[in-house]
Amino acid sequence: MDPGFFVVQFLNGLATASFLFMASAGLTIVFGVTRIVNFAHGSFYMLGAYLAYTLAGIFMDAAYGAMSFWGAIFLAAVIVGLLGILLELVVLRRIYDAPELFQLLATFAVVLIVQDLVRMTWGGEDLLGPRAPGLKSFVLVAGRRFPEYELAMIFAGPLVLGALWLLFHRTRFGVLVRAATLDREMVGALGVNQALLFTGVLFLGAFLAGLAGALQLPREPANPYMDVNIIVEAFVVTVIGGMGSVTGAFLAALLIGELQAFGILVFPKITLVLAFLVMAVVLIVRPYGLLGRPQAESHGAARAGAGLAAGTPLQRGFWLALLALLLVLPLFADEYSLKLMIELLIFGLFAFSLNFIMGWGGIVSFGHAAYFGLGAYGAALLVHHFAWPMEGALLAAPLVAGTAALVFGALCVRLSGVYLAMLTLAFAQIVYAVAFQWVEFTGGDNGLIGIWPASWAASRTVYYYLTLAVSLAGIGLLWRFLYAPFGYSSRAVRDSAIRADAIGIDPRYQRWLAFTVSGIAAGLGGGLYVFSKGNIDPEVLAIPTSVDALTMVLIGGVETVTGPLAGAALLTLLKDFVMPLTLYWKMVMGVLILGMVLAFPKGLVGILADRLPALQARPAERERPA
Amino acid sequence: MTLLRVERLHKSFGGFEAVRDVGFTLEAGERLAIIGPNGAGKSTCFNMIGGQLRPDHGRVLLDGEDITGLPPRAVWRKGVGRTFQIAAAFGSMTVAENVQMALMNHHGRARALFPLARELYREEALALLERVGIRDQAERFCSMLAYGDIKRVELAVALAHDPRLLLMDEPTAGMAPAERHALMRLVSAIVAERGIAVLFTEHDMDVVFAYADRILVINRGRLIAEGPPEKVRADREVQAIYLGSTVESPA
Repeated sequence: MDPGFFVVQFLNGLATASFLFMASAGLTIVFGVTRIVNFAHGSFYMLGAYLAYTLAGIFMDAAYGAMSFWGAIFLAAVIVGLLGILLELVVLRRIYDAPELFQLLATFAVVLIVQDLVRMTWGGEDLLGPRAPGLKSFVLVAGRRFPEYELAMIFAGPLVLGALWLLFHRTRFGVLVRAATLDREMVGALGVNQALLFTGVLFLGAFLAGLAGALQLPREPANPYMDVNIIVEAFVVTVIGGMGSVTGAFLAALLIGELQAFGILVFPKITLVLAFLVMAVVLIVRPYGLLGRPQAESHGAARAGAGLAAGTPLQRGFWLALLALLLVLPLFADEYSLKLMIELLIFGLFAFSLNFIMGWGGIVSFGHAAYFGLGAYGAALLVHHFAWPMEGALLAAPLVAGTAALVFGALCVRLSGVYLAMLTLAFAQIVYAVAFQWVEFTGGDNGLIGIWPASWAASRTVYYYLTLAVSLAGIGLLWRFLYAPFGYSSRAVRDSAIRADAIGIDPRYQRWLAFTVSGIAAGLGGGLYVFSKGNIDPEVLAIPTSVDALTMVLIGGVETVTGPLAGAALLTLLKDFVMPLTLYWKMVMGVLILGMVLAFPKGLVGILADRLPALQARPAERERPA
Repeated sequence: MTLLRVERLHKSFGGFEAVRDVGFTLEAGERLAIIGPNGAGKSTCFNMIGGQLRPDHGRVLLDGEDITGLPPRAVWRKGVGRTFQIAAAFGSMTVAENVQMALMNHHGRARALFPLARELYREEALALLERVGIRDQAERFCSMLAYGDIKRVELAVALAHDPRLLLMDEPTAGMAPAERHALMRLVSAIVAERGIAVLFTEHDMDVVFAYADRILVINRGRLIAEGPPEKVRADREVQAIYLGSTVESPA
């Protein structure tokens, strides 16, 4: 290979870095000030691309030229910025004090809504935008052709960085943004109008996302998947750089851009994994990213988590009745309902396993799909490649997932909060990428088919009973652990790690154990899942699976024991009900989730417990006669 | 018998030397107070003994055994119980469960998977709560307690593993004067009946002079005076610090 090739590859890396930075800068600024991890940032990016497509079409039809092109780009970014204000006013303003996961879920609901709005407006086809007038040609670099537009874009990133530097150091708004990034409560205490500041920051963040989306239109067509693709990359860049640090994001973008440009030459098979591997390594070495700093502790008193009450006779009666109903269900349910119930039970176990660490251990996993999916893939691969029987594969599923949780968990539990969530996401994405790209072993994109239950369990009814027995056993065990010293130790670490450590609990070790137990249970669910479907593909490991579990937990009630089960039931039934009715079911789900997050921040079971005190054992009832 | 021996303990944060070569001893059955102005290094000292902070150099010996730099849980296992300046309890648990949690650890069953935690060591926990005077609060959640009562929960939790040494960082902060004396009388009685030692920091001089057998005075990270209350009360440098004079000790 000649040196010219390397020069061009280096320039490609710079151009990629430039785009990554522009797409991430807004995310990191918004996080720095509002502490909200804004999933909808990717939607802004996508809207920027689509709006630029439409505007450029109109403007360049009217008067072809550079002015029309750049005018369309700029106007698209401004409109997206205004949409950012709308998001702040309508959604975010209501949830600044909510737990960070609610914020994440709310912004994810916005992602779903925007996805369908975009499909309604522009259709599902790829839309190729116009090339930039005056930058359509190539320049010769070391004897090789390099697109002029890419060359221009190499300068766009640093230009944006410079503009942001000026904004942050030369304007009152910018100084306030920096101050709020350091200590949001202090800025509030100094009498700064926070509402106005946050609105402004959302405009800036959305504007930057829109700009990045619009600018990349001449390189790649606008398509309805670009939102999730870019948000994942932007998360990586933001986390590596240190959340809230614009300069950090720039350095991280350079690192990722060049690694991708050259990594593809060395390891063409692991391009998808590379960025996440880098992120995992950076977080392990520097837990707050390259230029990040620990989040300022909240000055207020710690929010007290929920406690565990002993069950009342009424509650026990309810669960027994439900169990009886589940046992006799096959007598009158049709095939389809049984299939739905199987799914519901599996997702109940999955959501319960997530809440085991999230609600009761304070460990927010954003990549729980990894353990569910590894259970499913573990079982499927054993059946497919090694002709294992269903029984053996079902036993192996939790072990495969548990081993992964043991390894990933050891690294994850060193972190906390958003960084922990992002590292769990990174591991999930690594597993996803491996399943996607290791075609010979995993079947790649197509996955594996023909993973059916053993002949004795082939009938829907028998498999239903098998699922019922296994998932209830899993849920029952986890439930028991919560009431046992193990669960109390997890909760002790969640409530006060310093106090836990001072009475003999190793906080990190306890979190690690809980994480592993949770992974085992999720893997068991995954094993059941693959045999109920008969096939498996990488989607089961993808972000939407993790988000589904989070949604179930959050709409059910994170600080309740049974909430995840109610949430799993609700979401599974809702999807089943809504999906056949409309092409735009994502939007319906988004609106429903958003409505629920805004209306019932405690979740369904939390609301029930508040409204119906009879359901809740009062602490006084626990007094036993001595 | 010397229970705790601290030798040339030193800690700096960046360029700021929070604790400089502090050394002292504590006898079994003794109540030793550390006093000094805000920022003098009292809590830093405490956290180095309790394991929350690792000293830059110096040694901490408990009954002759070197415990320097051990993590808090290991220090706890050696027989040291502690309370925090800002009271720390498990807010989602009842008062009794807080003490039970400590007892579960003491008995090595904190990771058991099957027994019902709320039934474990309950009588022991209630007895400890009785001893610190909050038996009637046993079933309340810690997140709902008055601050003074949380301090008592902390004391009961710290006593759960039958410690040899109690570390109490400002045990009476945030309490009304009458409450302060009640708590310190309680601590004194427990120290006497169990034959344990207590090291405490305190801002209220009435409390210090009433309940300390011996007093250490720290200023700007250095030990500047040490002795029984009468001697410390008479010390010129100590008076200068506490009467607001700005006389500096020559560095």
